[in-house]
Amino acid sequence: MHPAFSVIFLTTLIGAGQGLFIALFLVESLGLLGMAPIQDGNFFALGTLASLILLGLGLIASFFHLGRPERAWRTATKWRTSWLSREVIVLPAFMGVVFLYGLAHWLNFNPTLFTLPGDRAVLATVALGAAGTVLAVALFVSTAMIYAAVKFLQEWHSPLTVVNYTVLGAASGFTLATAYAAWSGAQLVHVLASTAIALTLLGLVTRIASLIRNARIKPKSTLQTAIGVKHPRIVQKSQGFMGGSFNTREFFHHKSDGFIRTVKWVFLIAAFGIPTGLLALSLVMTVDPTNVLIAAALIQYLGLIAERWFFFAQANHPQNLYYQSVA
Amino acid sequence: MMTQTPAQEVKNTTCYMCACRCGIRVHLRDGEVRYIDGNPDHPINKGVICAKGSSGIMKQYSPARLTRPLRRKQGAERGAGDFEPISWEEAFSMLEERLAHLRETDPKKFALFTGRDQMQALTGLFAKQFGTPNYAAHGGFCSVNMAAGMIYTIGGSFWEFGGPDLERSKLFVMIGTAEDHHSNPLKIAISKFKREGGRFISINPVRTGYSAIADEWVPIRPGTDSALLLALIHEIIAKGLYDRDFLVRYSNGGQLVNVDEANDEFGMFLRDDVPAADGCYDPQDKLWWDRRTDRAVRTHNADADPYLLGEFRLEDGTPAKPAFQLLKERVEEYTPEWASRITGIPADTIRRLAHEMGVTARDQRIELPIAWTDSWGVEHESVTGNPVSFHAMRGLAAHSNGFHSIRALAILMSLLGTIDRPGGFRHKAPFPRPIPPCARTPKGPEGVQPGKPLDGMVLGWPAEPDDLFVDDQGGPVRIDKAFSWEYPLAVHGMMHNVITNAWRGDPYKIDTLLIFMANMAWNSTMNTVEVRKMLNDKDENGEYRIPFLVVADAFQSEMTAFADLVLPDTTYLERHDAMSMLDRPISEFDGPADSVRIPVVPPKGECKPFQEVLIELGSRLKLPAFTTPEGTRKYRDYPDFVVNYETEPGSGIGFLAGWRGKGGEKALRGEPNPNQWEMYAKNNCVYHHELPKSYQYMRNWNKGYLEWSQRNRITRYAEPILIHLYSEVLMKFRAAAQGKGTSRRPPAHLAERVATYFDPLPFHYDPLECQATDKHTYPLAAITQRPMAMYHSWDSQNAWLRQIHTHNVLFVNPITAKNAGIEDDDWIWVESQWGKVRCMAKYSEAVEPGTVWTWNAIGKAAGAWNLSPKSNEARKGFLLNHLISEELPGDQGRISNSDPVTGQASWYDVRVRIYKAEADEPKITSPQFDTVKPFPGQPKRSRILNFFAAKGGK
Amino acid sequence: MTQLALVIDLNVCVGCHACVTSCKEWNTSGEAGPLVDLRPYDADPTGTFFNRVQTFEVGEYPNTETVHFPKSCLHCEEPPCVPVCPTGASYKREEDGIVLVDYDKCIGCKYCSWACPYGVREVDAKRKVMTKCTLCVDRIYDDELPEWDRKPACVRACPTNARLFGDVHDPDSEVSTAIRENGGYQLMPEWGTKPANHYLPRHKTRITVREDELERSDNPLRIDSKLPKPDRDEPSLDDVTSW
Ligand SMILES: Nc1nc2c(c(=O)[nH]1)N[C@H]1C(S)=C(S)[C@@H](COP(=O)(O)OP(=O)(O)OC[C@H]3O[C@@H](n4cnc5c(=O)[nH]c(N)nc54)[C@H](O)[C@@H]3O)O[C@H]1N2
Ligand SMILES: Nc1nc2c(c(=O)[nH]1)N[C@H]1C(S)=C(S)[C@@H](COP(=O)(O)OP(=O)(O)OC[C@H]3O[C@@H](n4cnc5c(=O)[nH]c(N)nc54)[C@H](O)[C@@H]3O)O[C@H]1N2
Ligand code: SF4
Ligand code: SF4
Ligand code: SF4
Ligand code: SF4
Ligand code: SF4
Ligand SMILES: [Mo]
Repeated sequence: MHPAFSVIFLTTLIGAGQGLFIALFLVESLGLLGMAPIQDGNFFALGTLASLILLGLGLIASFFHLGRPERAWRTATKWRTSWLSREVIVLPAFMGVVFLYGLAHWLNFNPTLFTLPGDRAVLATVALGAAGTVLAVALFVSTAMIYAAVKFLQEWHSPLTVVNYTVLGAASGFTLATAYAAWSGAQLVHVLASTAIALTLLGLVTRIASLIRNARIKPKSTLQTAIGVKHPRIVQKSQGFMGGSFNTREFFHHKSDGFIRTVKWVFLIAAFGIPTGLLALSLVMTVDPTNVLIAAALIQYLGLIAERWFFFAQANHPQNLYYQSVA
Repeated sequence: MMTQTPAQEVKNTTCYMCACRCGIRVHLRDGEVRYIDGNPDHPINKGVICAKGSSGIMKQYSPARLTRPLRRKQGAERGAGDFEPISWEEAFSMLEERLAHLRETDPKKFALFTGRDQMQALTGLFAKQFGTPNYAAHGGFCSVNMAAGMIYTIGGSFWEFGGPDLERSKLFVMIGTAEDHHSNPLKIAISKFKREGGRFISINPVRTGYSAIADEWVPIRPGTDSALLLALIHEIIAKGLYDRDFLVRYSNGGQLVNVDEANDEFGMFLRDDVPAADGCYDPQDKLWWDRRTDRAVRTHNADADPYLLGEFRLEDGTPAKPAFQLLKERVEEYTPEWASRITGIPADTIRRLAHEMGVTARDQRIELPIAWTDSWGVEHESVTGNPVSFHAMRGLAAHSNGFHSIRALAILMSLLGTIDRPGGFRHKAPFPRPIPPCARTPKGPEGVQPGKPLDGMVLGWPAEPDDLFVDDQGGPVRIDKAFSWEYPLAVHGMMHNVITNAWRGDPYKIDTLLIFMANMAWNSTMNTVEVRKMLNDKDENGEYRIPFLVVADAFQSEMTAFADLVLPDTTYLERHDAMSMLDRPISEFDGPADSVRIPVVPPKGECKPFQEVLIELGSRLKLPAFTTPEGTRKYRDYPDFVVNYETEPGSGIGFLAGWRGKGGEKALRGEPNPNQWEMYAKNNCVYHHELPKSYQYMRNWNKGYLEWSQRNRITRYAEPILIHLYSEVLMKFRAAAQGKGTSRRPPAHLAERVATYFDPLPFHYDPLECQATDKHTYPLAAITQRPMAMYHSWDSQNAWLRQIHTHNVLFVNPITAKNAGIEDDDWIWVESQWGKVRCMAKYSEAVEPGTVWTWNAIGKAAGAWNLSPKSNEARKGFLLNHLISEELPGDQGRISNSDPVTGQASWYDVRVRIYKAEADEPKITSPQFDTVKPFPGQPKRSRILNFFAAKGGK
Repeated sequence: MTQLALVIDLNVCVGCHACVTSCKEWNTSGEAGPLVDLRPYDADPTGTFFNRVQTFEVGEYPNTETVHFPKSCLHCEEPPCVPVCPTGASYKREEDGIVLVDYDKCIGCKYCSWACPYGVREVDAKRKVMTKCTLCVDRIYDDELPEWDRKPACVRACPTNARLFGDVHDPDSEVSTAIRENGGYQLMPEWGTKPANHYLPRHKTRITVREDELERSDNPLRIDSKLPKPDRDEPSLDDVTSW
């Protein structure tokens, strides 16, 4: 596929936003459970704002993918069948909840909504946080399913796609959260950095799993099935036009194999290797790790852009069988 | 979604996106062309259309259109395209003054050459009336070998004159054809033929287009078909698979030839002592050797049956052999094994092909319950036929040995008994015609006189040396040297030599060259790079060697840039046209047909139909045909001319055959009908005269048909037209060259050439260019194919078609490419003896390894056709013509790169080598030409096209 | 239920591109248009087309087949492009199975094109909406057109009649018969999209000439080959033998 930066930014930005939100809610939950220091409302409000900005930027990026953004509202209509439609519904819903979560924290408005059996009070922020987390996961699934559901793109059509979107989004969010925590002076670097390392390593494992899987894919379609001629040697001579078309632009990356391989190593190092190293470093650092962690978050984000670019480029659409030769 | 405006209108006319002439329906919305589809009631295309026809809108609204008469700016170089617009009145006065002077002094200093036009009836008439011998259309550089080779053998030909009867055929062999003129009908027919279970074999070095769906592809080395065909004849005769009855009655195979080498009449037919009749036909005064009585008798003697083989002695002792015996002797050495070495086709395949043809012809005879009477009065209860058919075009024609290859093909078809019979070859009116047809050019310089029309036809059919158009020394009278001893049967002229000859002043200098609808600075010229220089070349006095160049074109072709005066023509949707019986009508197997174009949209800008230009000039110059006896203008305009012109006063023969007579009640012949155009308009723009069934077959010898044709003045005589297995016509030229007989003799330096190539029986020889090439240095044959979605050079301006072919590559068999170290898509050099081009190579398994090929005329000169100089056509496309020379060196000086019999341009004889371009060379084709800028009056080319009819391409 | 479709006969398609430009021509000024052309007179011209004809080479020299292969939307019976569309702009008509795009609803997200394995949808670069073959809905039901003309533009144009049009669910239709009798097949059957358009394969006609058919007793050579007769006074056995 042709990697479209609108979609690359969309998925990476919202992924980080989702992860960041989950991290914030985790921090709050751990605090309530007494497993981590309790943070004040501003910490959450500001963190949520960062998450919202990422989500908003992602949303803006997504508009660049649309030919007719002014009609974007129509996308919500086909949620029964279309993962894209579902994503479009879940994303604003999630952003709404994130907003309310942040607002509640900012205003320190946190009434008990109800009490669970066993006398456990459910605070408004917790309810919002839980709902947000559910929506974040739903959003991960929706976004990922847009790709995983296309069975023709065998590289994408796998549960690993959903796992990767979720884990990589979460990892980048947690790395960011770690940096945020360090910057804001919260005593959370340890717990967040550990989680971020765990998520990043998990992501590495699942991403490598998908790389291995994809390397072994035997394309289901061949030139033989594409044109229905049973002969081992078929070569296209002419695709029927010479100056390119939508079909040659949208589904090809037009890059060399070498370039693709380089991008693969770049993302493996930038999205996983370096961030893990820097996060681990932050755990043992005696001085303020903020800058190191910011670097980790930035590098990981850039790595994920490369990862996403590779994700698209690697996907080999069967329609390409029909567009191989200009003459 | 845009709402459709209701203002819809449908008008019928005839397509001219190519020369096939399909009937089209032009749908207009608010006067703008919305849709063009095929007219289902039209006999040619029966409702279908092709890629080009469907893209007519993009031609109509193309930014390459010329819209104003243009004069080269003072001091501007030819080729730079630096013009200023002028009025038509200025253009006419300029032409009138110049041409009037030439006509009064030396009319041959005016030369008119036309390309792929369909109005030779008018252009030819104009030239003749003007009095210049220097006229021809594209035939000579196109496929004159096809016309001459077959017409001199069977009185008709492929091309637009006849074709395969695929409806009834069982085996169809297509040789050297990619797209052809009759393209939609051929597609319709091949498809039906295949669906009905016919077997389709294609003999071609390349497998594209129609060949793709052939049941068998027989790859052949270019220029070697005569070897294949002669071997097929060998095998057919050796196995006795020829149609004896057919040959006996309908060919000259049984006629006795004088084989006494000492005799002046050696090689001529022996004749009965009845004096030969005078007239342009083949008198029936020859002899057979009768099997029953074992003696010589007059042919077609009702009781006689001639021997086709053997050697006999007449009473006076003259040794004689039937023509068929001579043919058999000729092909003796042409065994399949021999042909295999030349053609690259396995001998077993050649034998199998011969057997398939022979056995199918013999055993699957067709019999139609149609009674007819032959020329000798014998009544036949049925029409029979042998269902083997052929089609061939430029793959045979465009070689300098093409005439004899094509004669061999016509003879093979005749041996199989397939001439004008069901399932075989069928004629189209006005063919069959006598061998050769009757038209003759003047015979010498005296035919060209100041102030007078030419004393003869501008183009004709020599029947003997005395018919040549030469001076006392045997030198040419025409600028292109057609009908001279160099190319005696150049029946369509030799347009590809005009510019070179005029530039060199050989045989003389001319003054004004008018080129109509031919892109002679590009694809219809060989040696393009040099020819472009010649067009711009000046003599010692600083005067142009070709003093005045007029180009009439509808588009900004490469040629227009070289003009001193550009005359903007209309498009086919803007003008009246007549596809006339006097030219190349659209006749069908079942009878004559002609057609017209009627304007469906008004002319753009100041465009004027070229027909109107000729009528205007003819009137101003007071050419007799355009002037009343009182000396005033005779015709208002072209439509008026078409209606009222008669070949001779009162002849009743005019441009159109339909709805003649005062009220349109007559056909073919009749007085002018003032409402003729309306009647054509009402009838799909076509007149189709269906002959009675009994006149539809065997027309060479069909008494009823021949008399009908004579009555309707299609032919002058109703004599039978016997197939010339053995060509006495050719023998007459050979005899003259050998110093026999009383006719004119060729100049000494040409005697051997004429004696060699005017062999009365077909023979195989290497194309002349190959004879003059070191084949180790230049091992590969380079040829072109017609792409179905592009017409010569003129469709690159078409926004839709150019997306399909926007540049071309050289297709090479991977074996050949790898041997030269060339990878797929590499940039390479292709080099012939004459020049070289840089282009891209592409592997193809569908090409014979000794051949490389490319699509014809896709490459363009920068800026031409109002394409951006960065267009793919100019940067990546290339023209093979840069590699082809219009002349070959000879012992006696240069000679045209043409067939020595007909002057057919040898496009497909060039030999090349290929090698990788250096890595640091620019990735653009070479040669490149200076960019030509758009001319005044040309529409601006849009950067984005959003065509929606009646929204003006919003 | 009706399922309209095209059946394309590769046995007779000569790759002429008539179906390509007639489609463009009809549709650009029709309900699906205008179909844009970018850089129409410049480098790399490109435009929206609903139908393309491609060429493949099968086998190696000299056993090469050249296959011309036209392709437009196949109007799948299980069209994967439809459910993925977030707006409902892509839909399959109940009444005749034609898969269409509602250009007023489409947001140009291209998702449907990703979900089509055949590469037949094209975003119009000017209108920024998805476009594709409409089976010429604006022709086939147009009462203003005479009956014979109510066919897709490409079908009307095709000189070899390689494009058949009709209802593949009606077992007696021309298209169903052709599919049944000529081994009609679908493209990429592995995806279960069940394209309504079918293709008819190449088939070959051969002639077998057997040895015993080659030379017949009425072979004309027997008549024509007058065997050379020696002169009467040439020597012969008659002159020298006496028993
Ligand atoms: N679409 C389209 N149609 C056209 C034209 C066009 O430009 N475009 N041009 C029109 C004109 S003017 C003409 S003259 C006709 C020409 O019609 P064709 O004669 O069909 O056209 P060419 O492309 O010259 O085809 C020549 C074929 O002969 C093959 N060939 C070359 N050399 C040999 C040989 O030695 N032996 C054999 N057996 N085959 C050989 C080539 O591979 C090629 O396939 O087409 C007309 N129709
Ligand atoms: N290498 C190679 N060269 C070849 C051939 C080949 O096979 N290989 N084929 C040869 C053959 S067979 C032929 S016939 C020639 C064809 O060669 P040309 O006759 O030169 O054919 P075109 O390129 O079509 O150019 C004809 C001119 O007509 C113009 N034109 C188009 N429509 C109109 C109109 O309505 N009115 C006027 N006035 N002008 C119009 C075009 O703009 C163009 O300039 O090419 C020959 N050249
Ligand atoms: S074959 Fe020629 S005349 Fe017929 S539709 Fe095509 S371009 Fe027009
Ligand atoms: S061919 Fe593609 S666009 Fe057409 S219906 Fe099938 S999946 Fe959809
Ligand atoms: S591009 Fe248009 S038709 Fe396709 S999925 Fe998006 S909205 Fe639907
Ligand atoms: S059916 Fe109509 S829209 Fe579809 S390819 Fe044919 S002409 Fe084009
Ligand atoms: S119009 Fe017919 S023959 Fe021509 S490419 Fe299309 S399907 Fe094939
Ligand atoms: Mo031609």
